[in-house]
Amino acid sequence: MTDGNEIGGGAPRPLLCVRDLRVQVATADGAKTVLDGLSFDLSPGETVALAGESGSGKSMTALAIMGLLPKPMARIVGGSIRLGEIELTELSETGYRKIRSARIAMVFQEPMTSLNPLMTVERQLCEVLLEHGVCRRSEAPKRALGLLKDVRLTEPERRLGQYPHELSGGMRQRVMIAIALACDAEVLIADEPTTALDVTVQAEILDLIRTLQDEHGTAVLMITHDMGVVAEMADRVIVLRNGRQEEAAPVRELFAAPRTDYAKSLLAAVPRLGTAPARPPVEGHSKIVDVEDLSVRFDLKGGILGRTVARVYAVEGVSFAIREGETLALVGESGCGKSTIGKALLGLVPWEGSIRVDGVQTRGRSRAAMRPVLRNIQMVFQDPGASLDSRMTVGEQVIEPMRVHGLAEGSELEDRAEWLFRRVGLSADMLARYPHEFSGGQRQRVCIARALSLSPKVIVADESVSALDVSVQAQVLELLQELQQEDGLSYLFISHDMAVVEQMADRVMVMRLGQVVEEGARDAVLRNPRHPYTQRLLAAVPVPDPTRPRPPMPDIAGVEEASPIFPVGRGPERIALHELSQGHRVALVAAVTP
Amino acid sequence: MATHTRRVAGAGPRRGGRARAVLTELLRRPRGVFGLGVIAVMVFAAVFAPWIMPHDPFEQSFDGLSVMGGPLPPGGDYLLGSDLLGRDLASRLILGTRTSLIIGVAANGIAVLLGAAVGITAGYFGGWTAAILMRFTDLMMAFPALLLAIVLAAIFQPSLMIVALVIAMVNWVQMSRVIYTETRSLAEREFIQVQRAIGSGPLRIVGRHLLPHLLSSIIVFGTLGISTTVLLEATLSYLGVGVQPPMPSWGNIIFENQTYFSSAPWLVFFPGVLIVLLALAFNLVGDTLRDILDPTLKGRH
Repeated sequence: MTDGNEIGGGAPRPLLCVRDLRVQVATADGAKTVLDGLSFDLSPGETVALAGESGSGKSMTALAIMGLLPKPMARIVGGSIRLGEIELTELSETGYRKIRSARIAMVFQEPMTSLNPLMTVERQLCEVLLEHGVCRRSEAPKRALGLLKDVRLTEPERRLGQYPHELSGGMRQRVMIAIALACDAEVLIADEPTTALDVTVQAEILDLIRTLQDEHGTAVLMITHDMGVVAEMADRVIVLRNGRQEEAAPVRELFAAPRTDYAKSLLAAVPRLGTAPARPPVEGHSKIVDVEDLSVRFDLKGGILGRTVARVYAVEGVSFAIREGETLALVGESGCGKSTIGKALLGLVPWEGSIRVDGVQTRGRSRAAMRPVLRNIQMVFQDPGASLDSRMTVGEQVIEPMRVHGLAEGSELEDRAEWLFRRVGLSADMLARYPHEFSGGQRQRVCIARALSLSPKVIVADESVSALDVSVQAQVLELLQELQQEDGLSYLFISHDMAVVEQMADRVMVMRLGQVVEEGARDAVLRNPRHPYTQRLLAAVPVPDPTRPRPPMPDIAGVEEASPIFPVGRGPERIALHELSQGHRVALVAAVTP
Repeated sequence: MATHTRRVAGAGPRRGGRARAVLTELLRRPRGVFGLGVIAVMVFAAVFAPWIMPHDPFEQSFDGLSVMGGPLPPGGDYLLGSDLLGRDLASRLILGTRTSLIIGVAANGIAVLLGAAVGITAGYFGGWTAAILMRFTDLMMAFPALLLAIVLAAIFQPSLMIVALVIAMVNWVQMSRVIYTETRSLAEREFIQVQRAIGSGPLRIVGRHLLPHLLSSIIVFGTLGISTTVLLEATLSYLGVGVQPPMPSWGNIIFENQTYFSSAPWLVFFPGVLIVLLALAFNLVGDTLRDILDPTLKGRH
């Protein structure tokens, strides 16, 4: 295999030099090689992306470099990692402590879990500074403030005294980056730094990493599964698969002409905004789901008496309808209430307003009275691993809904389970297995089979593909579309991924802080967005094409601070929608000229 | 494939087969065999005590005392030695198995069932149900066990059943606390949400989905409780509330003889070993059962 490593040539001597790295993990069936012969160089100021699907060994590489492999299960069995003159694989734990943070820093995926929830931002920053002797104790708070300014955190003075839970996800990741930068490390390893964040926040964090890299000349090792992020950030890309390097090339070459089949298929599977084919017109006209003025509020209790002190207006005055065979996509950032709407449809959260499923009003129904309604509406959750019971065979779980509703008995159940399994592309002899014996994509197929077992008319798909690898994601989306064509299913497709939404949706509804800001036919909303928030969401989507820069994001005042929580006695202002053209309705904002 | 689909269909006919499969699996593992063996021997000893006791456990024989009037060490006519009153220790231990098994298994069993039931109910339903049940649990936790026992014994005729009930009343509390917390976090998990979305009733959710996940905690806590309960019985007997002398139990043998620990250690050592063995046996069986019932651990022990 030709090597992309030398192509970055002309650059100064590499900072980090990985050669023939082999890592093994102990399993019940003996040692398993999870990284096999990985080699690459990282020069100052350069960004190398390690791309691959789950289980490809990208995170193992980061941990191996940081000396953080989980001992004693995983260990380096061969190869070398050189940082300048130091051979890292031979370093002792004490030696490593001088390297971590000081010379190689790391940013993890989940900023909430990697920050200590009981320490203020200032203490966490000072801890790193003092641990590595960057400055004296008296100077530390000043340095910490400087770092927060460096990562462009709003109101840095106030942030110093705050705890991680008081910050938004994006702010937390900025603090993580500030901690990583504290000692002016030469190498920054970013392990899926934006995967847990909303697209708009992702775009800001990626911008920040790039700016800081320019200022400090840091070498960045970017680990990601998202080809859009790769295209945007990387100078060179290494595509990993099952611990082996499939292809290494400069980013433009890889995207223009991938040499290996795997890289080709990986790139082909990436959903690209603006490329989805036109959807066949929806034939049915009867409304399967009819929602009017839906509101969901949660009380926040506090004080000694446990009285309601504030209220979360999770969903506020939302109305919509889904017709037979139609897909309505609900998009928006985390916390905008899109999942809550899905749960309200199934009666899983208390709500107000009116919801009709197949003409049946579900307001005020007890759990038992909801049962007949649930035959018509089912849900597929985000994480297939968490939504299956690990102690029960998948076959049992697929037929369970039919048992609960008394739809079939005895051998009929078996036949039905086999039929469902074939329907979703699994073989019938897998029925006796347990969930952990399946891959992520197969598990989601099981979940879909379970949702189908009641032959519902509507399926609420709550981020159903976002936990899956792109290639698997494409297959599951295809399955969902196939089922829709054959059975005339309707979907409420909840997603934060605009490219996926474009592939699936007939109509799109954009939500922000519990209210709809724009709705309309797919093409109208996605190709001609009128609300600044929709424009911002679309502009933030990373483009999987290194030759096309992402358009700048329009700013909305107070985006970071906005919250759907109000004290008792106050509530959000209802947004009025204005009809622009047939079906395309937009919230009235000064910026929108109808 | 036919066999696969058979296994899927579940319900009625499968139950018996499943129990047998679990038992076979249990007997294939050394730890399980050891645990089951010890339990079987103890049950045998308890049931057939009158026939296998070498001596009369109540007879205070002069032969059972040394020249100085002290207890005899193990060996000779008295296999495990004799106690202060010249009674055969081996016979007393064998007869004591009855009391200790009843206390360890029945009293502890009631405590486990009650504790788990309260914990699961409170944890799954939450709200007012949880508030009432858990406050009651706190109340029971604060209540001194011995006081409760003495009060109950004053009202009723002291007997083994009273002891078992008192112990169960005292011991279910910790179990319910542990199970309550665990149920609460489980009930938030997505696969339970899915059950609600399907429309499953609470009985099905608790029985078919929560219980299997709670089983390992219940087993661990339950087996830990065995040794505590056996010793608690001894305390109660000592206070005259429990088993009435001269009826032996492992706990009260230890208590009667504790002052002679330095001169006649076997009197404390042997019953102590038996208590540990009983707890260990149940623990091993419980552990093995948990491994067998957890499909994710299959082929990985």
